[in-house]
Amino acid sequence: MSQSVDHFALLPLYAAAGTAILAFLTDLFVAKRAAVLAVTALGGLATAVLALVVGPSAGTFCTTGACSWVATWPAAVTTVLFAALTVGVLAFSAPALRLGAAPAGEFCFLLACSMTGGVVVAYAGDLITLIVGLETLTLPLYVLVGLRRFAHDQRPTTTGASASLTFFLISVISTAVTLLGAALNYVATGALHLALLTPATGPFRPLAGVGVALLVIGLAFKVAAVPLHAWAPATYDGAPVPIAAYLSTASKLGGVLALAAVVAHLDARAVLAVLAVLTMTIGNLVALRQTRMVRLLAWSSIAQAGYILAALAIGAAGIPAALAYAIFFVVLEFIAFGVVVALRPPEADGGTLLDFRGAGRRSPWLGAALVLSLAGLAGLPPGLAGLFAKLSVVNTLVQHGWAWLAGVVVLNAVIALAYYVRVATSLYTLPARIGLTVADPVLMDAALHPRLPVTRPVAAALAISAVVAVLVGFAPQLLFNALT
Amino acid sequence: MYRDYVVDSTWSAGSMVLLAMLLVPALGAAVVALLPAGRDRQGRIVATVFAAITFGLTLLVPLVRPSTTDFGWFAYGDGPPVPPLLPWVNLDLPWVPALGLRFHLGVDGVSYPLVVLTGLLTLLCCAYTVRKVPHGGSGRTLAVLLLILEVGVLGTFLSLDLLLFFVFFEVVLLPMYAVIAGWGGPERRAAARKFVLYTLAGSVLLLLGVVLVVTKAGTGNLIVLTGASGLTRTTQCVVFALLAVAFAIKAPLWPLHTWLPDAHTEAPTVGSVILAGVLLKMGTYGLIRVGVGVAPEGAAWAAPALGVLAVIAILAGSLICLRQRELKRLIAYSSVGHMGFVLLGIATLTVTGLQAALLGNVAHGLITGLLFFLAGTIKDRAGTGSLDQLSGLRETAPRLAGLFGFAAIASLGLPGLAGFWGEAFAVVGAVQRGGPLWLTLAAVAALGGALTAAYFLRLLRRLTQGPTTPSVHSLRTTIAGVEWFAWTPLVLLTLLVGVLPALVLVDTALPLATLLGVQP
Repeated sequence: MSQSVDHFALLPLYAAAGTAILAFLTDLFVAKRAAVLAVTALGGLATAVLALVVGPSAGTFCTTGACSWVATWPAAVTTVLFAALTVGVLAFSAPALRLGAAPAGEFCFLLACSMTGGVVVAYAGDLITLIVGLETLTLPLYVLVGLRRFAHDQRPTTTGASASLTFFLISVISTAVTLLGAALNYVATGALHLALLTPATGPFRPLAGVGVALLVIGLAFKVAAVPLHAWAPATYDGAPVPIAAYLSTASKLGGVLALAAVVAHLDARAVLAVLAVLTMTIGNLVALRQTRMVRLLAWSSIAQAGYILAALAIGAAGIPAALAYAIFFVVLEFIAFGVVVALRPPEADGGTLLDFRGAGRRSPWLGAALVLSLAGLAGLPPGLAGLFAKLSVVNTLVQHGWAWLAGVVVLNAVIALAYYVRVATSLYTLPARIGLTVADPVLMDAALHPRLPVTRPVAAALAISAVVAVLVGFAPQLLFNALT
Repeated sequence: MYRDYVVDSTWSAGSMVLLAMLLVPALGAAVVALLPAGRDRQGRIVATVFAAITFGLTLLVPLVRPSTTDFGWFAYGDGPPVPPLLPWVNLDLPWVPALGLRFHLGVDGVSYPLVVLTGLLTLLCCAYTVRKVPHGGSGRTLAVLLLILEVGVLGTFLSLDLLLFFVFFEVVLLPMYAVIAGWGGPERRAAARKFVLYTLAGSVLLLLGVVLVVTKAGTGNLIVLTGASGLTRTTQCVVFALLAVAFAIKAPLWPLHTWLPDAHTEAPTVGSVILAGVLLKMGTYGLIRVGVGVAPEGAAWAAPALGVLAVIAILAGSLICLRQRELKRLIAYSSVGHMGFVLLGIATLTVTGLQAALLGNVAHGLITGLLFFLAGTIKDRAGTGSLDQLSGLRETAPRLAGLFGFAAIASLGLPGLAGFWGEAFAVVGAVQRGGPLWLTLAAVAALGGALTAAYFLRLLRRLTQGPTTPSVHSLRTTIAGVEWFAWTPLVLLTLLVGVLPALVLVDTALPLATLLGVQP
């Protein structure tokens, strides 16, 4: 029996996969870095445009009652976001690629593959497609985290490789757990399509319950929920900063989408509520003590995932709020990592908080962007996007009678502010004048931390994302409309 | 049903003024921030111009007020009851329908005096910054932050939508943090952090309360919610408890006041003035407008507790002040006492008490604003704020000492000056309420008033009288034009409000009476 395939609905996937292949071929035949980058960027744009053109349309790969490929507005919006993040991370990586820190062809191919996985996650209509998409999203990242070429005069380090290995091992286990969960649920209910998932009845109920719990736990690895978070800080800190940005935005978004797809039909409230409380509280408390920039952002992004899980804990009713929060968060987090990229030398790691002291005075625009992003992550104006994100989660929780969880969320917001203001303030701090000084500490500091030129792609990506953050801050309704 | 009364005035002259009041300072902040760094002084002057335009706009409001909203005379008739909140001018636009957030602004007799006060104090602070930039950062940035603060504070006073109120309440948080952390004294970091964490803790409780109300009542419109909101008694009690703690942190009310002395001591002069003059008022205004307005039964339930805490605040503030040796810290603690009177007025839930609270708000803004200007100047010029090293100011700087004396005497509540009415009538309100508890509270509050006089006189004796210390001797005594410009309006208004308190209270009796369900 053959099935008719609606190729129109698959266009975004074709574009994303085509981008990966084209990047590979361009590297093979043209062998110019700029050409490979341009092809990948254009492919990303094409993916975004096609997702918008397809919009909500009939699904494909359908059986009775459900489809494996479901084209909806939320899917289109998240696809655009995946494509934008890919192009943005490419822009952030451009300075390092120019120095030859990683081979451009392989880098672009892997990144585009990851984007393809993101597109599949966004449109997936059954559990297998979802998990395959998630793996396609993650698999290239194992390599990208450790992909680093050292010049002959550089001392090779193994931080990237060890980060990559940590990430790989944890991910493999989490995938196994997810698959086991999906299989148990399939045994109990006979359903794989998301639209057909129902809570099991009769003797299989306990089995299905275990299946759902395992499914959620496996996916919780992807969003780095406590206690399944241990890989995230080490991996983020060991990876090149642009890849860390991708991990904490696109990869996390993929996990959130997968969780949302599961909780839309199955009951995982207890597991998710516990995970949410643990994730936000421990994430915030540990972030308080961090001294390295990327580690602090990693812990803060763990905590942020907790707020998303809190919304998901309600079940289907919380999904719009969770997705809205995730998208606001992704935009703000992307800006934060972008500023770190811009303020550090191309091949450097994220550095310590001390390395950023006074950076806001040296580069006012970058400082302002980081303040916007941190304020948003803390849920305060001028980061209005973050304020509305928190407001929508709290609103949803209170509306559905989960006021206690809303209380936990807002208390965590207070803890979180403590470290966000610490980072933001250090951007504008001058070095202390202690006792007798030989040289003016301000001049010394300026000499030791020269203002680095910001390359054009990085500046453009940052400017666009900041404009987007301000826009969705003032008109969040656009996003809420797109998600429902 | 409120639409029967509220003139549908979207895009009328009045609503344009409301919008402009927020847009002008925001635009000013953007313009000044984008000026090149070399044009620092010009930037501060531009900021002052924008603040002046905003102040002009706040004065314009009564002129553009449609005369048809004057329902004073038929409230006693047979017609449908007039809603307790009837804005003079009104602007209602959708903003985020998904969250039920509307951009709904309006001004009435309760909020208008505070709006003018905000416009005035921001103008004075911006003008003061033109000449004197505290050490720490560029003066231009400070002026930008002052303008952003003004947007947040005006927005809070103008909001007629609960969620919008919350959004504007949050706007002031980070700019004020930046003012303290950027331009403050040696311990500024810790003080600023304490300020911002305390205040955020308050505003997240506010968030919970607000979301709870909007969820239960199905609307965030304060005109609909005020008075008869249709919330159950339990909900009202929960909501009021959340809101009362939130606003008590902001106001601040004992025992949640501990952030205030540090913040005031470390903040630069203009920061202290804005903090004491306007930001604290957001707490007391919120308690009247949102707390008592939305959850009247909850307010009645919590009133005794609030009254007791307010009186403890009065006593604690006064007693601490008697032992205080740092000038700005003393004035900060005196704020705790004064705000205690305001909260006592609110807690009585009588028309007299609430009017006393509104009057006390404005008077405290004027007088404490002036006191912080003067204390900041003395501290900057003498290089120390310690009262042990400051005495004999009368000898070297008679004008400064005279002004300080005036402000101190106004603050201690001398009849005929602005400070008197709020404190006296808060006590009167408590007596009117009757019953052993309230009579005791009134008596203790009156005792606190006497202690206020005691510590201010002690302060005056130590600061202005006695032998001249070296730090006072070397102090620059001239008062610059900008300083006169900043201080004179406050002095004159203190006198004016003292003589004519009705100026502040015009058009408040009816809304408050309908709110409390009593005949005035």
